Amino acid sequence: MIRRMMISLAVLAAAPVALAQSVVVYGEKVWTGTSQGTLENGVVVVENGRITSVGTAPARVPAGALEVRAEWVTPGLISAFSRTGLAEVSGVDNTNDGGAGKSAFSAALNAADGFNPDATPIAVTRLEGFTRLAVAPEAASKLFGGQGFLADTTGLDGSIFKERAFTYVLLGESGASLSGGSRPAAWASLRGAFDDVRFFGARYMSHNDGNVLTRMDAQALMPAVRGEQLILFQASRASDLNAIMDFQEENPSLKVAIVGADEGWRVAKRLAALEIPVIVDAFSNLPASFSQLAATSENAKRLAEAGVTVAIVHLENDSHQARLATQVAGNAVANGMPFDIAMKALTSAPAQIFGMTDLGVLAPGGRADVVAWDGDPLEVTSAPVAVYIDGESQPMVSRQTKLRDRYRTLDESERPMAFKR
Amino acid sequence: MQLRILCLAAVAGLFVAACDRPGKGGDDASTASIANPFPSTYTPYPSQTLLITNATVIDGAGGLIEKGSVLIEDGRIKEVGTDLKAPNGAATIDAAGKWVTPGIIDNHSHLGAYPSPGVDSHDDGNEISGPVTAEVWVEHSVWPQDPGFTRALAGGITSLQILPGSANLFGGRGVTLKNVPARSVQAMKFPGAPYTLKMACGENPKRVYGYGNASTPGGAPYSRMGNVAGYRDAWIKATEYKKDWDRFNAGGGSEPKRDLELETLAGVLNGEILVHMHCYRADEMAQIIDISKEFGYKVTAFHHAVESYKIADKLAEYGACSSMWADWWGFKMEAYDGIRENIPLVHNAGACAIVHSDSDIGIQRLNQEAAKAWADGKRMGIDIPIEVAWQWLSLNPAKSLGVDDKTGSLEPGKMADVVIWSGNPFSSYTKAEKVYVDGALMFDRDDPASQPVMDFELGQPGEGDRK
Repeated sequence: MIRRMMISLAVLAAAPVALAQSVVVYGEKVWTGTSQGTLENGVVVVENGRITSVGTAPARVPAGALEVRAEWVTPGLISAFSRTGLAEVSGVDNTNDGGAGKSAFSAALNAADGFNPDATPIAVTRLEGFTRLAVAPEAASKLFGGQGFLADTTGLDGSIFKERAFTYVLLGESGASLSGGSRPAAWASLRGAFDDVRFFGARYMSHNDGNVLTRMDAQALMPAVRGEQLILFQASRASDLNAIMDFQEENPSLKVAIVGADEGWRVAKRLAALEIPVIVDAFSNLPASFSQLAATSENAKRLAEAGVTVAIVHLENDSHQARLATQVAGNAVANGMPFDIAMKALTSAPAQIFGMTDLGVLAPGGRADVVAWDGDPLEVTSAPVAVYIDGESQPMVSRQTKLRDRYRTLDESERPMAFKR
Repeated sequence: MQLRILCLAAVAGLFVAACDRPGKGGDDASTASIANPFPSTYTPYPSQTLLITNATVIDGAGGLIEKGSVLIEDGRIKEVGTDLKAPNGAATIDAAGKWVTPGIIDNHSHLGAYPSPGVDSHDDGNEISGPVTAEVWVEHSVWPQDPGFTRALAGGITSLQILPGSANLFGGRGVTLKNVPARSVQAMKFPGAPYTLKMACGENPKRVYGYGNASTPGGAPYSRMGNVAGYRDAWIKATEYKKDWDRFNAGGGSEPKRDLELETLAGVLNGEILVHMHCYRADEMAQIIDISKEFGYKVTAFHHAVESYKIADKLAEYGACSSMWADWWGFKMEAYDGIRENIPLVHNAGACAIVHSDSDIGIQRLNQEAAKAWADGKRMGIDIPIEVAWQWLSLNPAKSLGVDDKTGSLEPGKMADVVIWSGNPFSSYTKAEKVYVDGALMFDRDDPASQPVMDFELGQPGEGDRK
């Protein structure tokens, strides 16, 4: 049964790549994310949805290719953690499929079932240069939030290119609260759930007899327990991060990443040694809770300096504002992180964490997610002028730009605003 | 964690706070009186005569001076120009490559009232016990030890308005503070600043009272029409109260009984207390404008004002400011139509635009929020000079708080609330290097000894932002 499920997952993961028009993108600066570094007067050639060359001008121009010129060119940005596409209006419950506090299930909740490619935040996020998303469910009933997925931002059917890409587990104060009220309760739940999976046959074949999980939840958690699937833990306090690392050392086959990690800098060497990547919001510099007393605007920089793989995200209003990760990364640079590392934190680092092959860099043979910008992508004053996903030119329009254009002038002398489209 | 949820709820408009204080702050701010029972005890910290030279100076009044100089004397702006000479004994700073601006003023903050850490015990930002709580004053909730004040200082914030939350139709009095660490809120109060009243439109009041707590109906208001009835009902009472006092003050009859709630509302009708109203939707702002005309008061600023761009012409005509985010949207129904060009569109219509935070994170980089709006405006063909856009950050919020005669620009005689930036403040990479409040250096990025650390942080693993 399990094997059959794994096969169907593999089929889902191999979504077809559309054939697209050839494009040549010229940039005064081309940030490649590879050993080519940042090219002055660089050129990226895109054919059939793939990057076929990255170099300096002049370039070979395929017949019929569209030519685009911009100040900066980068790989499509990758949002390493958000709820984009799970909510239309986060405060309106019926439009929000992020979490299910009253569900009987937890680890089995498959966020992909809640994804709506028409959700307006997707176009809004794409317009800011993000072409791929790692989307996590919220943990609302237990510390196991469920199964996260990977999607592109085309807003088309089939945007999800990997379901069940990771299991999301919420620890720290929130995980404690969801487990009955303490960290010991959270860890008892986590260890009990792992036992449920390991003794699946004995506990579930004839009875639904898990310590913590229902049969379906135990099934869903199985790939993570076996080390076949990434477990994404959320926690901030240094002691929580150490507890996760202890757990990883007890279970060396586990594939672990951590989101949050506000006190990560205090345990950075160990994170690096265990090769545990972190996903941080570099804006977080306040003792907002007793689990974030050592939060600092230098967290991202210090983690990277210690050799930890760092992805940068914007965690506030995460169904709508994942796009602000560029500003967060720019501020990480202002606080000492090298520009190249900050760019990688938005591209190749999330690609690596989530196993997005051929994405996150501009390299021949790679999938052609390319963004052309009117300035330095980490500057708050910059914006994309063109976005390509698998070589396909994306519409630079959202519900927001349509509202802007409707109200550009307020003249209603002839007809009401409602006639302007 | 629970605290964080509460803060988010406040952001999402679950809470409406209003803050008003009796209007007679006046120049007598330091003397306790019936109108001013919690007088400011703030006095500027020692400063030296200082000449900053070679900087790109944004004067805050709309001007920009290349290779400019700013002379600070006795805590005040003495002169701004190009070839200023240092008086004898003055300190000098060669600010080549750097920018100098007026300090940023955030007119929408909950620091101290929703402080860090956000535990339940600190949940002091909104008296949600009833839809009309004009009697509460947010200064009585402000914990001066909130580490958020120091982070805001590091972002160039020199003054800020603390508002109650937005659960209520009338949330209570707001208070304007100088951003200096202090042992009491009185020692932060901006001398002579008028009190303000927080009011709220829309979803928050009707949700918190009407169908909150899983009971339907929970009480009034349940709907937007219930909100409007609630405002008008309160203003009718306030009008009567004011009449009684006017009659008494003109020498007639017995002294009316004081009523804390109506005292604040009457202060608005007297023009002594400024109305700051949380309002997202354009159609609701248009109705509030009519209510203000019905009862003879003025809305000084609409806050959040996510749809101001739809009625920017009407807001310009009426003369209310819009206090806005650069790009927040979608977290609740009334924020659904948020667009990135709201601020430049409001400015372009000739209305008063303000960049505000409503956030202990956003307040740390309001310059970047203004930069986003400025750039998005430019992209759609609204080309506003940086030095003009800077008015969104200091002079316009100062006007909305009634302190523009004292701060908000680098004009001679004003408070020397000044920031030296490492470069163009409309860049992600620029940091506030030195922040002066009344000429006193309150933050120096290059000198740990000049970086305040609050009591709460002392002895903790963090101890400030960059231990």
